[in-house]
Amino acid sequence: MADKIDNIIEIRNLCFRRGERVIFDNADFDIPRGKVTAIMGPSGCGKTTLLRLIGGQIKPDSGTILFDGQDLLSLTRKELYELRRTKMGMLFQSGALFTNLSVFENVAFPLREHTNLPEAMIRDIVLIKLQAVGLRGARDLMPNELSGGMNRRAALARTIAMDPEMIMYDEPFAGQDPIGMGVLTKLIRLLNQSLGLTNIVVSHDIHETASITDKIYVIAQGKVVGQGAPSRLMEDESELVQQFMKGLPDGPIAFHYPAQDYYDDMMGSVDS
Amino acid sequence: MIERLRMLGRAGLHILEVLGRSAIFVMHSLCGVPNFRKGGQLLMEQLFAVGVLSLPIIVVSGLFIGMVLSLQGYTILVKFAAEQSVGQMLSLSLVRELGPVVTALLFAGRAGSSLTAEIGLMKATEQLTSMEMLGVDPLRYVIAPRLLAGFICMPILMIIFNVVGIWGGYIVAVDWLDIYEGSFWANMQSATSFDEDVMNGIIKSIVFAFVISWIAVFQGYDAEPTSEGIGRATTKTVVYASLAVLGLDFILTAIMFGDF
Repeated sequence: MADKIDNIIEIRNLCFRRGERVIFDNADFDIPRGKVTAIMGPSGCGKTTLLRLIGGQIKPDSGTILFDGQDLLSLTRKELYELRRTKMGMLFQSGALFTNLSVFENVAFPLREHTNLPEAMIRDIVLIKLQAVGLRGARDLMPNELSGGMNRRAALARTIAMDPEMIMYDEPFAGQDPIGMGVLTKLIRLLNQSLGLTNIVVSHDIHETASITDKIYVIAQGKVVGQGAPSRLMEDESELVQQFMKGLPDGPIAFHYPAQDYYDDMMGSVDS
Repeated sequence: MIERLRMLGRAGLHILEVLGRSAIFVMHSLCGVPNFRKGGQLLMEQLFAVGVLSLPIIVVSGLFIGMVLSLQGYTILVKFAAEQSVGQMLSLSLVRELGPVVTALLFAGRAGSSLTAEIGLMKATEQLTSMEMLGVDPLRYVIAPRLLAGFICMPILMIIFNVVGIWGGYIVAVDWLDIYEGSFWANMQSATSFDEDVMNGIIKSIVFAFVISWIAVFQGYDAEPTSEGIGRATTKTVVYASLAVLGLDFILTAIMFGDF
């Protein structure tokens, strides 16, 4: 039997445009199995787009995306849904809980849809998942009764309900208070260590992300500008990587959106 | 001139592209083996939301339209001493035209807009995307039950509208205007054919139901995921569905009742 591939995802020559704007220009990514990989970069650089490409929600203009050796782009609609059902999960920035269902029913949703388990077993699994995220006591609440952090934790419980092999997190720390951030950081690391899950974390919170990741990709201007262990990236010589990792306002990535000269703009006449 | 032609061509291509996309969308939603165990409950929920909750507006509108028709009909027919034919006029107007068309317009305004807004909001809050990532096809789980509920509910709502309308007309004609009850019902019965009038009305209603539900769910699914986008999609649903109903009504009437 052949050895299992080390990388759960291999992306080669990825090109993706949105209108005239180039999001990815011949980018390559390798996501190692059983590790936490972070995708980082300035706002609008295509981090969430990359997750959507891996999830098969959008298709690239060219390039290949292999998941477990399987070409995602050649899968039929049915095969893609089967893959999502069994192997991948995604935690959305907003949580994206179903607003008409309680926390318990949200977590039970994939189990009810994909299995024929008896109700008692579904209840046990849901309570185990909710206990893992600390929300067993909130099972009867509706999503609009939860805080932002609780919302994301409930969504995480739903994501792990079917025990996927890989979880993608879209900005899990955005808008979180320090406690919520700490809880989520701990949960991601715990899921990785105890269940051996592959995690892809999209974020621009450098310190929180660096503390839990094994590998970081820094992307900017459609390309991978840096990759490696967090400690290695801190020492990277690339100006782009340094600007991002140290949060410097001046550098290759301009603070200002492209515009005409400031003086000319201010002195120009107002169209009436 | 060339630029205008180019713009016209672009607009035409865009319309064709949207039509093609919406046709594939409906096909994906309705094709495949339905799961009766899980789908049944979803359908029942939508039948309640789309059908039962539309009942009050349908009943109230039907009642008043029947009453107004009777009153207007009487004031005109009495000039020709033909006021005993109010029942006939009432039933033919309602069953052939007003029943299917007014129910469809009310349905587009009440249920259609609500379907679009609900689906659009689910899209904007990433609920549809998260469903996809959980391996559940939103076309089968969210869209199909709503489409089916629309098909089933509207013809039933139209029948209820007609019944209530006739009852409203009866109250005005017989109780208030002293039309003889026997001639009211007898004229209605002799002039209204089940095969031609009632069935054609039901066929119209089924066609309208399909078009309205299709427009409503597609506009919601295709909406730009912003508050303005959802607002625009909701407006488009009501406008497109109303225009489609009125246009199709003329075509269907010409086919059903025209002497071609």
